[in-house]
Amino acid sequence: MGAMSKVKFGIVVFPGSNCDHDAYNVARHVMNQDAKFIWHKESSLGDADVIILPGGFSYGDYLRTGAIARFSPVMKEVVQFAKNGGTVIGICNGFQILLEAGLLPGVMLRNSSLQFVCKFIYLKVENPLTRFTSQCERGEVLKIPIAHGDGNYFADAGTIASLHEHNQIVFRYCSGSGEIDDVANPNGSLLNIAGIMNEEGNVLGMMPHPERASEPMLGSADGKKIFQSMIESLVLS
Amino acid sequence: MISPNRAEPEVTRELALHHGLTDEEYDKVLSILGRTPTYTELGIYSVMWSEHCSYKNSIALLKTLPRSGGRLLVSAGEENAGLVDIGDGLAVAFKIESHNHPSAVEPYQGAATGVGGIMRDIFTMGARPIAALNSLRFGELSDSRARQLFRGVVKGIGDYGNSFGVPTVAGEVYFNKFYQGNPLVNAMAVGVVKHSDVASATAHGVGNSVMIVGSATGRDGIHGATFASEEISEKSESKRPSVQVGDPFTEKLLLEATLEVIRAGYLIGIQDMGAAGITCSTMEMSAKGKSGMRVDLDKVPVRESEMSAYEIMLSESQERMLLVVKKGCEEQVKSIFDKWDLHSVVIGEVTNDGIVRVFKGGELKAEVPAESLVLGGGAPVYIRNAAEPAYIRDRKAMDFQSLRSIPDYGRSIKTLLASPNIASKRWVFEQYDSMVRTNTSVLPGSDAAVVRIKGTEKFLAMTTDCNGRYVYLSPRKGAEIAVAEAARNVVCSGATPIGITNCLNFGNPYKPESFWQFKEAVAGIGYACRVFNTPVTGGNVSFYNESPESSIYPTPVIGMVGLIENRFHITTAAFKNPGDDIILLGKNRGDINGSEYLQQLFGFAGTDAPHFDIEEERRIQECCLKLIQRNLVASAHDVSDGGIAIAIAEAAIFSSFGCAVQIPNEKSLRNDFLLFGEEQSRIIITCPRDNQREVTTLIRQSNVDYCLLGVVTQEDKVSINEIAILDGEELREVYSDSLGKRMSS
Repeated sequence: MGAMSKVKFGIVVFPGSNCDHDAYNVARHVMNQDAKFIWHKESSLGDADVIILPGGFSYGDYLRTGAIARFSPVMKEVVQFAKNGGTVIGICNGFQILLEAGLLPGVMLRNSSLQFVCKFIYLKVENPLTRFTSQCERGEVLKIPIAHGDGNYFADAGTIASLHEHNQIVFRYCSGSGEIDDVANPNGSLLNIAGIMNEEGNVLGMMPHPERASEPMLGSADGKKIFQSMIESLVLS
Repeated sequence: MISPNRAEPEVTRELALHHGLTDEEYDKVLSILGRTPTYTELGIYSVMWSEHCSYKNSIALLKTLPRSGGRLLVSAGEENAGLVDIGDGLAVAFKIESHNHPSAVEPYQGAATGVGGIMRDIFTMGARPIAALNSLRFGELSDSRARQLFRGVVKGIGDYGNSFGVPTVAGEVYFNKFYQGNPLVNAMAVGVVKHSDVASATAHGVGNSVMIVGSATGRDGIHGATFASEEISEKSESKRPSVQVGDPFTEKLLLEATLEVIRAGYLIGIQDMGAAGITCSTMEMSAKGKSGMRVDLDKVPVRESEMSAYEIMLSESQERMLLVVKKGCEEQVKSIFDKWDLHSVVIGEVTNDGIVRVFKGGELKAEVPAESLVLGGGAPVYIRNAAEPAYIRDRKAMDFQSLRSIPDYGRSIKTLLASPNIASKRWVFEQYDSMVRTNTSVLPGSDAAVVRIKGTEKFLAMTTDCNGRYVYLSPRKGAEIAVAEAARNVVCSGATPIGITNCLNFGNPYKPESFWQFKEAVAGIGYACRVFNTPVTGGNVSFYNESPESSIYPTPVIGMVGLIENRFHITTAAFKNPGDDIILLGKNRGDINGSEYLQQLFGFAGTDAPHFDIEEERRIQECCLKLIQRNLVASAHDVSDGGIAIAIAEAAIFSSFGCAVQIPNEKSLRNDFLLFGEEQSRIIITCPRDNQREVTTLIRQSNVDYCLLGVVTQEDKVSINEIAILDGEELREVYSDSLGKRMSS
């Protein structure tokens, strides 16, 4: 891709998605790239360079979060796109859908408080050598909000060991000054895990919402770094 | 001609009374129809003439409120919600509504469907909802039932709004034993619409199709409106089936499909189905369009088998709409709803004789003149007897000087900050998604929330306010204060107030003392709205908020919206920079009457609402807004519950700074009265030292009292008159964790 052309973001819309417009707004108006919505019944992703699975409550999430969305026609294409090395980011409900679809390992449990929680939290960048975090320093602390009822990440010991081994843990919840402890853990996630990627490094799932923290007026613009990283990785490739 | 159906109960006067109609009302039904009503018709009249749908005991007084003027485009009562012009070809629609009774017996679903109902009121006008607010009242948290209700209501509001995808940005919660048996759950929604996309709730054009869209109809919520029109009693538990069940996912689909169909131009009119379901929407749309309808209930998608005409007409199943579609556009409408996997079925057509005819199984089940049923038409209008209650008539002036003094002022500050009425509502608002749609510029917790309108340079500030104790002590003054405080909160956020919606929660209107409170409060709201030039866009009346234990404090909740035309005018309560001067707009009078201090430390409500002078209030608000709009101030915070000491502490708590304050006390007021008195019309602002001259000059020109209070400090310590010196971090912890601790204990 040439340095002059714009990156094409494809934002998948499931019935019940509600952060689709927010992701679109950042891609299109804040980052000044191309963006389009992809209705879940479609059977092609078109010419998208990046697929965003946005937050929300797909199909109402009356069953398990993301459990029905993964059967949407478009998900077959998303899985194929990912297998071909395409860049996929799942945010919040999108992360949950990636877990259900088997593109990422582990599961999401109810928050340990048993309550939905919406607030700004801090996030430590554990791995800056990814196409999602290249604009961050190792150990950098980002201020980004969360908004979920099921963000309590869990995986068995073998999976965790494998995540460590391949540097797949990208973000962990931390304090404002970067300490990773129980106080800074908003949902009971194992090891304060907030975001992981697949072994190949082209699929990221994260519970925090970078699209809600990409304009200073909204309380933080740290989330822009994640969009910027994805754009740079594509423009330079 | 209608023939009686043997499967249905025989309609008698006794059955009519059992349905909640009075003798006089039943006689009126007989005379309108010229015959005995059918069972279905009896159901229709009883629900349409219930207090909830007809406003029969309130409408005469509501008409005295300012319902036009200013930026108002659609007057109150004309449509589902009023519309206020905000320029750029846009209008804002907003409304507040109660769901008290259902929440009292089923807090989770009661509150959830309250949110769903008010959202539909907004998007049925073609407006996209951009924010939700609420106003809640419960009994004391020491009571386990109150905690259970509180927990259920908050979860219900959160689960519905979060899934629906509209941010819940502001609200208020108060706890008092008078709400023990009868909690209040008022939900407000704000939406934005292009002038050209506004939809109307009307039916006209003979032969145009009547369609029902959205969820299938079940037996839930039958007679919900009637249930809401009586006092809560031991029997209320048995009314649990009158509570509807919410489905935010379907509502989200309904929102997208509805906005799409409105913009496509296929509609004559649209109305959501809330109270009284198909009955209310068919009757009101026909009456508004001076038309009529022929409706075949066999075509209505139902969830349960064997539903009778009576049940289908009275069902309050959620997430449904009634559409009047231009003849020939039915398939296009259907294809839009199909895309969203929603039902859309033609169930009838528009006629022109003013009669709504309802068929089921080929039989005519109801044949009623629409006009005879609706508010503003044949629905009864009463003016009830009002009598000043003894507690007000016989009250004596009280000498508060004899009150025991509590010399540890720092401790009193902490007690107040920890009290659930003042403490941070973080435990509540963190359960709400306050950020979705990425417009929330000022998050919950400041004086008012601020939400941007994408595609413009504009922002809306919004708040809900009412101190029920003030209204109880002095209904007229208390209601004026509710409007004034809402306006003050909006002004402190940098906005010009543009209108209010109100939710009037009162007791039984057939009790002269209750009705007197209502009458006085409406007079107060009307007067204050005229002074602040904020017309009433609409709202809701909830009577019968009584339970065997008690009657509630009369609680006329004010939902106010203000307009900010420039992002640099957005202002919050938090101190911003060490070294900034702290200035009080207004005057300290040490009026402890009606205060949270009296309530929390002495268990006494007081004898009157605190000092309030509406002209002084108006001058102070105008002055504050001018200071903000000239970019002279760094922060602004209104002085309310807990008085000036709490307002100062909060401004420090919201920041990471402290302050050194010396409140002047020339009249040697008692220290606790000075610190905690709640006399109205005070705002704490801060400004850079360099702006001080210009600020004080403008204040003097505005004919407003003021005094210099002190300075914002780097040192994280709140020091007030050297009689209360408190650690900032400690105050933050007390303020922010108290409510959560009470809920987890």
